[in-house]
Amino acid sequence: MSRKITIEPITRVEGHGKVTIKLDDQNKVSEARLHVVEFRGFERFVQGRPYWEASVLVQRLCGICPVSHHLCASKALDRIVGVSSDELTPTADKMRRLMHYGQFFQSHVLHFFYLASPDLLFGVNSDPAQRNIVGVIKAFPELAKKAVLMRKFGQEIIQATAGKKIHGTGAIPGGINRHLTVKEKDHFISGAADYNANLMVDWALEGLELFKSYHKKNQTWVDGFASFESNYMSLVRKDGALDLYHGGLRAIDSEGNKIFDHVDYQEYHKYITEEVRSWSYMKFPFFTSLGPSKGWYRVGPLARLNTCDFIPSPLAQKEFENYKAYTSGKPNGNSMHMHWARLIETLHAAEMIRDLLIDPDLYSGELEKKGSRRSEGVGVLEAPRGTLFHHYKVDENDLITMCNLIVSTTSNNEAMNRSVKWVADHVLDGQSEIPEGMLNQVEVAIRAYDPCLSCATHAVGQMPLIVNLEDETGKILDQKVRDGV
Amino acid sequence: MEQGHIKINIDGREIIAKEGQSIVQAARDNGIFIPTLCDFKSLQPAGTCRMCLVKVGERYVSACTTIVSQGMSVENESVELKENRKSLIEMLFVEGNHMCPSCEKSGNCQLQALAYRYQMTAPRYPFSFTQRKIDASLPYLVVEHNRCIQCLRCVRGVKAKDGHDIFGFIDRGGAIHISVDTTDTEAATEVIAQKAMDICPVGALIKKGGAYRVPIGERKYDNEVIGSDVEKERDKV
Repeated sequence: MSRKITIEPITRVEGHGKVTIKLDDQNKVSEARLHVVEFRGFERFVQGRPYWEASVLVQRLCGICPVSHHLCASKALDRIVGVSSDELTPTADKMRRLMHYGQFFQSHVLHFFYLASPDLLFGVNSDPAQRNIVGVIKAFPELAKKAVLMRKFGQEIIQATAGKKIHGTGAIPGGINRHLTVKEKDHFISGAADYNANLMVDWALEGLELFKSYHKKNQTWVDGFASFESNYMSLVRKDGALDLYHGGLRAIDSEGNKIFDHVDYQEYHKYITEEVRSWSYMKFPFFTSLGPSKGWYRVGPLARLNTCDFIPSPLAQKEFENYKAYTSGKPNGNSMHMHWARLIETLHAAEMIRDLLIDPDLYSGELEKKGSRRSEGVGVLEAPRGTLFHHYKVDENDLITMCNLIVSTTSNNEAMNRSVKWVADHVLDGQSEIPEGMLNQVEVAIRAYDPCLSCATHAVGQMPLIVNLEDETGKILDQKVRDGV
Repeated sequence: MEQGHIKINIDGREIIAKEGQSIVQAARDNGIFIPTLCDFKSLQPAGTCRMCLVKVGERYVSACTTIVSQGMSVENESVELKENRKSLIEMLFVEGNHMCPSCEKSGNCQLQALAYRYQMTAPRYPFSFTQRKIDASLPYLVVEHNRCIQCLRCVRGVKAKDGHDIFGFIDRGGAIHISVDTTDTEAATEVIAQKAMDICPVGALIKKGGAYRVPIGERKYDNEVIGSDVEKERDKV
């Protein structure tokens, strides 16, 4: 008898999604899909609003990475007011970067320590009652405390630059609305004895060591789990360096050959097409030149460390060299290495924050620039989960007529579906009984991408995990429910 | 007591008021806050918003339009009146389309500030989801009808140099809305846009090009409850 397994919602990710896996009479996997089941509609309801509202309004589609949307929309609005993002005043550019690194730091910490580490610390098949952040707090209180303080530090950087920890207003079209104060600098550098900028660098290194030690003990699993080749895309700086805030688009294939390089992102629509499939609210983007079957790609930490030539901060660069050496310099397709790459970026963000805090441009200088008004603008940056696109068109009365968002998680849609299929084929296939631990491996594969399903469909809250066992007519034969964690 | 002064009583406290003053003005002079939305500085009171409703004897009166009289006893901060005010604020919120999170006036908006003062969480009334327009056709001014509370402050307070009207009201009842004389050259000026934005208690009139320039934490009501500036003066009286 054929069966359909539904995992809904997927836990320890941002937003609501579900997985369906169909098994035939011989328990062979016939279909495996990730469905994103929430619908948001920001692209539509921002239409008709004054353009300057976009950077404050659209960030509301996420509570985890609103800074990414705030800054990305602001970069698009820079264009509207006639200023390119690389023409901003030094103060505006550096304040925005500081905000962005604070966001990166707290988001990556949230994902690794709060969401992913339970799988690594307790094992993917361990008791789900322990396999969560509360379990981590009980079993590893010192680690959990550091994780909480690291997140707090990142959030406070955001507050100091955007006015609020979540949904601030710091960036304005053509600039920023404030300087950093010396009091704030003192607080971050030396004022808070138990969590300051230097400690963040040390603790980021400790996080990396935690992953590396786990990797050493579980090398075969980490290297092999949901591993597959793909194309990759990210922004890179003019000199090829990792740049999370600004640069040109670079795409490479699984061998490292460049598909395009240093593309001005105002022209992104010439290079990327979005496909709609009936069973998910999340679109499927692909490189236009390669078509949907060969042109799908990955973004995010794995992609960024595959596309960039080096990391412009010394400790992260050292870790990057070791990371690259592990795959002999070739693009890394190991999905679980996303955690490794993410932790190297966490270290990079900590180093950048520490160095920026002593930059005098943050404390004085012009905040804003203006140029000749344009009717269209595209903003792109690297959000924690990958390359993020905001595109707006504005009429002569300053009202938005068109908005297109390609959110990081959307770009990883095909890859996440392939990860689900990989687990279905390699772990679930042929099994007559499917325990919870096996189902968790489906989630582990998706979780590696740190997906933000709310952003990608342009929801909030927690729901229970419901697993339905259905016969081929759709009749529910068995149902298991557990509370969301 | 000086000539031209009288004694009145607000919530059991005896205060000295000037003859001819409204209850709102007398209260303010004595460090007592009575919430208002349509009342603005030197403008002739209109009594349109009903936020300042107080009880004189057994009657509810608008404190901005009621003149003090010798021995008047006013009830202002009773549980009943506070609840009435909260209810009024909630009605204003559901009647328009107020998206505070992205509103340029957030932090400087008197309606939002009053909602905080009276601890509004969610409105008890259903949202009307009224279809309203946004008019951004003037070069410096956005008229955001979704946020307008029909207080008449712009109609009464923003005039052309020679005193003629720039803002007016058209239609009646539920369809009533403010209108700008776009044929008037002064309506298209930056000065008028700034005046309109300054006088509007909410975010219905926005001057283009200046949104979110004041950082969060430095906006008028970020660090103080609306009315606390009046109440601070109480000890000095």
